[in-house]
Amino acid sequence: MAEVPAIELKNITKTFGPIVANKDVCLTANRGEILSILGENGSGKTTLMNMISGIYYPDHGQIFIDGKEVEIKSPKDAFGYKIGMIHQHFKLVDIFTATENIVLGLKDQGRYNLKKSAAKIKAIADLYGFVLDPNKKIYDMSVSEKQTVEIIKVLYRGADILILDEPTAVLTPQETRRLFSVLRRMKADGKTIIIITHKLNEVMEISDRVSVLRKGEYIGTVNTKETNESALTEMMVGKKIELNIERSDPKDTEDRLIVAGLNCKNREGVQVLDNVSFTAKSGEILGVAGIAGSGQRELLEAIAGLQRLESGSIIYNNPKTKEQENLRNKTPIQIRDLGVRLSFVPEDRLGMGLVGNMDLTDNMMLRSYKKGKTVFLERSKPKELAEQIVEDLEVVTPSISTPVRRLSGGNVQKVLVGREIAAAPTVFMAAYPVRGLDINSSYLIYNLLNQQKEKGVSVIFVGEDLDVLIALCDRIVVLSSGKVTGIVEARDTTKEEVGLLMTKTFGNEEEGGEE
Amino acid sequence: MTMLVQFIQRAVMQGVPLLFGSTGEILTEKSGHLNLGIPGIMYVGAISGVIGSFFYEDKVGAANINPFLAVLIPILTSILGSLVMGLIYCFLTVTLRANQNVTGLALTTFGVGFGNFFGGSLIKISGSDMPAITLSATSKCFKTTLPFANSLGVVGKLLFSYSFLAYVAIIIAIIASYVLNHTRTGLHLRAVGENPATADAAGINVNRYKYVTTIIGSIIAGLGGLYYVMDYASGIWSNGGFGDRGWLAVAIVIFAIWRPNMAIPASILFGGLFIVYNYVSIPGMGIEAQELFKMLPYIVTLVVLIITSMREKRESQPPQSLGLSYFREER
Amino acid sequence: MLGFHVVKRSKDAMPWWNAWLIRLGSILIGALVCALVTVLLTGKDPVNVFTTMVDGAFGSERRIWALLQGIAMLLCVSIAVTPAFKMRFWNIGAEGQALMGGLASAACMMFIGDRLPNWLMLIVMAVTSMLAGAIWGVIPALFKARWNTNETLFTLMMNYIAIQIVSYFICIYATGGSGKIDVLNATTHTGWMPSIGGKAYLLNVIVVLILTVIMYVYLKYSKQGYEIAVVGESENTAKYIGIDVRKVIIRTMIISGLLCGLAGFLLVSGADHTISRDTIAGRGFTAIMVSWLAKFNPLVMILTSFLLVFFEKGSSQVSQLCGLNASFSDIITGIIIFFIIGSEFFINFKIMKNEKEVKKS
Repeated sequence: MAEVPAIELKNITKTFGPIVANKDVCLTANRGEILSILGENGSGKTTLMNMISGIYYPDHGQIFIDGKEVEIKSPKDAFGYKIGMIHQHFKLVDIFTATENIVLGLKDQGRYNLKKSAAKIKAIADLYGFVLDPNKKIYDMSVSEKQTVEIIKVLYRGADILILDEPTAVLTPQETRRLFSVLRRMKADGKTIIIITHKLNEVMEISDRVSVLRKGEYIGTVNTKETNESALTEMMVGKKIELNIERSDPKDTEDRLIVAGLNCKNREGVQVLDNVSFTAKSGEILGVAGIAGSGQRELLEAIAGLQRLESGSIIYNNPKTKEQENLRNKTPIQIRDLGVRLSFVPEDRLGMGLVGNMDLTDNMMLRSYKKGKTVFLERSKPKELAEQIVEDLEVVTPSISTPVRRLSGGNVQKVLVGREIAAAPTVFMAAYPVRGLDINSSYLIYNLLNQQKEKGVSVIFVGEDLDVLIALCDRIVVLSSGKVTGIVEARDTTKEEVGLLMTKTFGNEEEGGEE
Repeated sequence: MTMLVQFIQRAVMQGVPLLFGSTGEILTEKSGHLNLGIPGIMYVGAISGVIGSFFYEDKVGAANINPFLAVLIPILTSILGSLVMGLIYCFLTVTLRANQNVTGLALTTFGVGFGNFFGGSLIKISGSDMPAITLSATSKCFKTTLPFANSLGVVGKLLFSYSFLAYVAIIIAIIASYVLNHTRTGLHLRAVGENPATADAAGINVNRYKYVTTIIGSIIAGLGGLYYVMDYASGIWSNGGFGDRGWLAVAIVIFAIWRPNMAIPASILFGGLFIVYNYVSIPGMGIEAQELFKMLPYIVTLVVLIITSMREKRESQPPQSLGLSYFREER
Repeated sequence: MLGFHVVKRSKDAMPWWNAWLIRLGSILIGALVCALVTVLLTGKDPVNVFTTMVDGAFGSERRIWALLQGIAMLLCVSIAVTPAFKMRFWNIGAEGQALMGGLASAACMMFIGDRLPNWLMLIVMAVTSMLAGAIWGVIPALFKARWNTNETLFTLMMNYIAIQIVSYFICIYATGGSGKIDVLNATTHTGWMPSIGGKAYLLNVIVVLILTVIMYVYLKYSKQGYEIAVVGESENTAKYIGIDVRKVIIRTMIISGLLCGLAGFLLVSGADHTISRDTIAGRGFTAIMVSWLAKFNPLVMILTSFLLVFFEKGSSQVSQLCGLNASFSDIITGIIIFFIIGSEFFINFKIMKNEKEVKKS
């Protein structure tokens, strides 16, 4: 049937400075269809969808709605074309009820009558099978309920084209199943649904067609029925890229950190770490792979003493004293006082690892400012350290008295990694240390990690680029929804294997028989 | 009994300026702005009214004033004065995103100075030998009460014996309460104060809401100053006479947990606490006990502030973005 | 949008001299507006107004000392509030903290009288004043640390409680029916700051200058000062490196309160020799502006407090000479501050032409 697609993108290109986020992307989505946009982190999925919903404006290319070319300059324009997007980060007012949030910003809809609106919301919810109390306050809601509010908000405004950005990233398997059944009903109702995701099993389960992006480029579109997970993985990750990262074999390894049975809930009460166990050895790089938000951050913060755990243990084998210490629920200071030399490069460099408004010297002191017996700061050594890091790591900065906030991303990271390495750690943890860095800086970081490994440090590396993880690490722990789905030898594994483990959900296994 | 009735009447009269002030401040805070300039704005509202009425009385002679104009002119000049103050605050904190606390305190310095300066100047012009301006004729117009109030006995005295501005204050508070909780505008306004980014994303013009509410809030607070001088003080302006009532109004905002309808009883209560020392005598305590009684409103406010922060009930917290400037980050 | 949009400066912050140039410019424009207002009100020519102001501030030795004393007292309170602000703890309760300090000093003068030698008396007064200020300062901090109680509103209320306590005290000990407490120990001068070389205020000025330098060193070179800066910049970072944020908040507010109490002591012992509701005279609030305008740098505060006191003294001279009301100086101060506050926008933000709009049209 030669139907006119509900939405069609032609040769969309978007650049941010030197970075090409989308290059000549073409897409179509029909009425009554669920289209998945599949791609790894940073493949340009969200940027693309933001251009449809009016947050960004494309540099080149055309957008057609029902066959007519349109210009979408603002979210308001997008609403006008009945396009609604549900973002990953919810935009809700906490102390308002669901109804109040849903009608927020609407004008000229007759008299303000929350009861009437609530009834309409109930009707929408019933039509598609949502479970929602319109009078419940947002702060009392689970993540899934909040997401429901966001979806109904879009439907209430009469959207026919819904874009969902990683809708299942925050949901439990049960909630995911409920969401999917709702989406199917909407599809039956003639809505166009576009889901951004990187979970293969969900793609297979829910979508009619899949469009794949890789590093900003459009790879192709396939019908879900005619493909399988490994074919999609290949499209998504591409051919293995040979990286020139040197990797020596681990020598004289011993168990440094024994993590057993970690359980942790976040503030919303979602289980973010679920019985996580692994061992990190000295003289090796242990990779941690997983889609964003699978518990990587909580895992590292738990080890660093920043995250309270429900249960489990983190045993540290002190190489000097040969004693064992349990680091669970200890503060960073207590951990240090135990003689554990733990370095941590957090994901949020300027918000946590460094203080943006302080200069290089003062940032060097963050970990060590208490050294010395006087009440005064000892700045000469940090200053030397700053100078040394600037020289060794080729940090581009006007001077060491420049606030780090003014440095570029790569240089900020060099300063942070340099400081953490200078503490002569026995355990070195880094979360996404090359995110946003150019090739040269990235390689510099890889080399630094390798040097640490060769010195006998136990390195834990959380990364997102599978090529890098496989080329750099010795072993890789794969996390999915807070669970360890596998620990693989990096030298023997493939991207496909890791990719599948990353998207594996226990919910799926347990209830594999259903539907 | 008469004593009690009189006490309540006086408490209400004390409470009215506080009610204007706190209603104005509640609206402002609901838009996310902690306006510590309210005491200054109330001063300006008062003196602007005094200036208007002074020149009107001066022009036509105190004996020949038209009661309608005598009320209208001070109200208009008062509104004008507070409006300018509100505009200054908005321009600095909304458009230029200046620190709200510093701006507010500077506005209070400026406003109190402005009030006392023009007050002092008028006193000089009038050539009065007392350090005060007396506008008894105008005040009489302001103080007109319902004729039947006194014939209705206690009920009449308690409910109907006040001048019209007192009822205006209560009506404004009720309207403000209604608008905040039962209209789309109120919903949008609360969203702006809670989470401006979300409001912005929902297509609400955040800066316009902040401007309009803060200016309306200033005008309402300014009327409190006008009521004080025209009614409570019987048209007598003396420098510094208004005292710390502006800060008491800020305190009521907390006590009323950001609800204008709650501000009505709270203002009367605070008005009562402010004067209760005149009516209570504790054996063994002399006149100095007055000063301890005057402390009560602040202590009560602190207790409420502490309890609300301990209970962590979300509805009784200050608006979430109170005191923070909003800036939509460019991508 | 009118073809312009505003961008926050983060990576391309202005060089410091450019920022100070903008601040200086804003003061000049503010002064110009003040001159305009003055000319309108007095009909004098602006040059005359300005010379009158300078005369009011520096015209005689007595005026210079009054100016110095004014600067010293404002500076002292500003120094006191600074550590709290640097920690992003909005302590607007300096008025009350200083007043409690002043009250403690006055009480010592009253009840201890001349039973102690003067040097010991001064130490006792200073210590009790600082304690009183610290207690007044730490109460809001305790609640902030434990229950995250809003400190701005809390400290504001504490001011008025302090004022009422002082009023109570005055009521009890007022001389006759005056409603005021007379100068204490007028004959014995017990508890009075000794004058050096006949200069009554010299010791005050010296003490405050020393304090300023100490605070500068404390904030910049001590470990505690560093902790304050980290907590103020980012609580997340503070936790990351294991700083106990609650402890820092409480400790810093004790220091802030101690110094406010000391300011109260200096005002009572070094200047007023009595206590009244107006002993602090709004310095607790003005200090916030001084500290903030100086970007929390104690040395720069010498300059900002000079600026404000100069305008205050100068414009009060103008008002005296022209028969204007004394509150004239508040108006002038207000206008100047408005301009400086407003100028920060042009330092922190950049106004850019809307290129996108241009391209499309």
